[in-house]
Amino acid sequence: MRSTVLSVFLIPMMMVASFAAAFEIEDRATFGPQDGQALRIISTADIGFFEPMIQSYLAEHPDERIDYIVASSTNVMQAVQDEANIFDIAISSAMDLQTKLANDGYALRHVSEATQTLPDWAKWNDMLFAFTEEPAAIVVSKQAFNERIIPRTRHDLIEALRREPERFQGRVGTYDVRQSGLGYLFATQDTRASETFWRLAEVLGALDVKLYCCSSDMIDDVKSGDLLIAYNVLGSYVANRDDRDEFEIIMPEDFTTIMLRTVLIPTGAKSPDKSREFIDHVLATSHDTGAASLIDPALGLSQSSAAVNRIVIGPGLLVFLDQLKRRAFLTEWESAILQEQ
Amino acid sequence: MSRASLSVTTQGSIRRRLLFALLAGAAVLTVAVYFMVLSVARQVAQESQDNVLSASVISILDSARFAGGEVIVDLPYSALSMLGNVSDERVFYTIRMGDEFLSGYPDLPEAASSLVGAIGFHSQPFLGEDVRIATLGRPISTDTGQELLRVSVAQTLSGQQQIIARISRTSVAIGAGLFVLLVLLASLIARSTIQPLDRLAASVSRRGPEDLRPVAAPVPSEMEPLVVSLNSLMGRLQMSLVRSEDFIAEAAHRLRTPLAIVRTKAEIIARTAQDKATTTGVQEMIHAIDESSRTAGQLLDHAMVTFRLDNLSKEPIDLNALATATTDRVRPLTDLKDIEISVSLGTPVLIEGDVILLQNALSNLLDNAIKYAPSEARIDIEVIKAGDQAVLTVTDTGPGFPREELETLADRFARGSNATQVVGSGLGLTIVKEVMEAHGGAMTISNSERGGACVRLSFPSS
Repeated sequence: MRSTVLSVFLIPMMMVASFAAAFEIEDRATFGPQDGQALRIISTADIGFFEPMIQSYLAEHPDERIDYIVASSTNVMQAVQDEANIFDIAISSAMDLQTKLANDGYALRHVSEATQTLPDWAKWNDMLFAFTEEPAAIVVSKQAFNERIIPRTRHDLIEALRREPERFQGRVGTYDVRQSGLGYLFATQDTRASETFWRLAEVLGALDVKLYCCSSDMIDDVKSGDLLIAYNVLGSYVANRDDRDEFEIIMPEDFTTIMLRTVLIPTGAKSPDKSREFIDHVLATSHDTGAASLIDPALGLSQSSAAVNRIVIGPGLLVFLDQLKRRAFLTEWESAILQEQ
Repeated sequence: MSRASLSVTTQGSIRRRLLFALLAGAAVLTVAVYFMVLSVARQVAQESQDNVLSASVISILDSARFAGGEVIVDLPYSALSMLGNVSDERVFYTIRMGDEFLSGYPDLPEAASSLVGAIGFHSQPFLGEDVRIATLGRPISTDTGQELLRVSVAQTLSGQQQIIARISRTSVAIGAGLFVLLVLLASLIARSTIQPLDRLAASVSRRGPEDLRPVAAPVPSEMEPLVVSLNSLMGRLQMSLVRSEDFIAEAAHRLRTPLAIVRTKAEIIARTAQDKATTTGVQEMIHAIDESSRTAGQLLDHAMVTFRLDNLSKEPIDLNALATATTDRVRPLTDLKDIEISVSLGTPVLIEGDVILLQNALSNLLDNAIKYAPSEARIDIEVIKAGDQAVLTVTDTGPGFPREELETLADRFARGSNATQVVGSGLGLTIVKEVMEAHGGAMTISNSERGGACVRLSFPSS
């Protein structure tokens, strides 16, 4: 079916001249017929991760063309803020940046049957809509922890790292919060939930932690054995891989931060009506019980668990984007992680 | 008396005017209540939003300190998250030190405070939506002396608008309920206010035609002048009626004796007169005299009837006996005109009433029948008991009543248009009708199928 209806173009890692403000594109794919006005989506989600959603949409709308562009969360935000760029949909895992976009008036309001049935936590101000719940997980290679007890809490993790510093030296990884919007969001939410984060950061720093821009790179390195432990990785990315059985996805039992992947319609959208249709499809697909969700149910999120710490969409997320606050946080983080004497 | 002259030119209605005034009042009150509730709601919503904004501003100011040569503002998470607790609001803030912008939204204006040291509030549009801005300053000691740290926090008004919309719906419901209640009250008030008037009108219109007694029932003070005038009018009317009845009776009485004398003389002349012309003239004179004396007699009868009606006696009367006796009295007259008169009696029928009046009424009917019927006609009198009514019917084979005058014939001095050749005063049927009404009965006049007159007297039987 795909060969007849769809054609996929992958244009990896390139600068596209057609965008007024140049920003770094990590990946790009076009779906649907070659002619016609494309619905342009800018997103932080890998193509592979989001493609099922696009395919299910195109199955209902075979005449539509979709241009899917992957960029970092910071670039997604900049692309939406710069009115010269025209995107019909913006999807990001950086809830704080998405909230700021909506708050600062870069998002169109959208009210439909699909949005009205959403639970309160899944929408904000009729501008921002959540369609996944993705946990920040600790990911380890099953092979590496073959005989050992797998840590279940941050406290266990700290203990394990302290017990065998030479084993873990240089082989633990986490987000570089200076580069990654999602990493920054996870880290700041961790500090809100518990002081353990700073203790963990000190320990990670002492072990010469490797810093990453993206979850997928971290997972690849865990697979290759370069890393034994990756902290604050998107569990959903691991669960969506074909080789997920090689990994142990640990949802920390002290608290598990849940990120909501959100979608909004930029004010510059060329065809907002198509955007609304697409969003309604995404929301219906992901929120209806029984419908195919993007998230593997094997992640076993028990919504009622006290340990589940779902990040609340709202103005609170603007706090850590405050430049004074951010500067102070990064200073503290750098002093803990980098430990430059 | 025609019906048209009974109608009154009306202009407006007190009840409607009262109702209208009350409803207008109710509408004004309802609208006033609606706006009052709304304005209170607006104030309360505004105040509660201002309170949250104040708390946010103060918590940010409290988090500021001077350390290591610079101002550190450790924005508390709750300072902004509390603004989204009730409803989804867009939130903006700005932190300034003196003239220097430190953090937040550089374009966000500050709200001026009326008092130094007090928090200032201001509403204006920002980034496409109306926002409420709160601003407060706090002096901070720095290396170079005191500087004023100013924090402004702004929030969109959607929550406030939701509250107002909800309360607006509630106050519409309250207003509607109030209005319905007031309408009910108004109609009750209008009805109860107008009730004494209705009662007076009903009590006056319930009265019989001869009842001119003053109104004795208590009335509200506002109606006193009307009732006093009404009573005085009826008193005068009563007096004038009595006076004219007396006058007529007196006049009739005084006329009768001279008329009788004149008639006697005329008869003597007629009998002794030799020439035909004189005889004819005198006969005509006698005829005219008869008419006058009959009229005088009936006027006397009527006066008598009126007097007796005022003091109606109630004795048991057998309608059969009454019919027979009265028929016997007129038999010489019927024999004279070759009229056959027959009485058909049923079971004894007892009624209560004044025998003299009833006899008078029945003789009037029979007189009429004899007078208007041609020679060799028939007069049938029938007494029957029909249900709880006693009915006496007098039917003749005369010319009957003119069809178009059936309604008005019983009025005083009305005579049938076909009766101009016959001596009569027009008082006969009037007397019958008044007597019947006084006995609680009714007189119906009609024409029988054969064309003759038919008068039906119905009494409530005892």
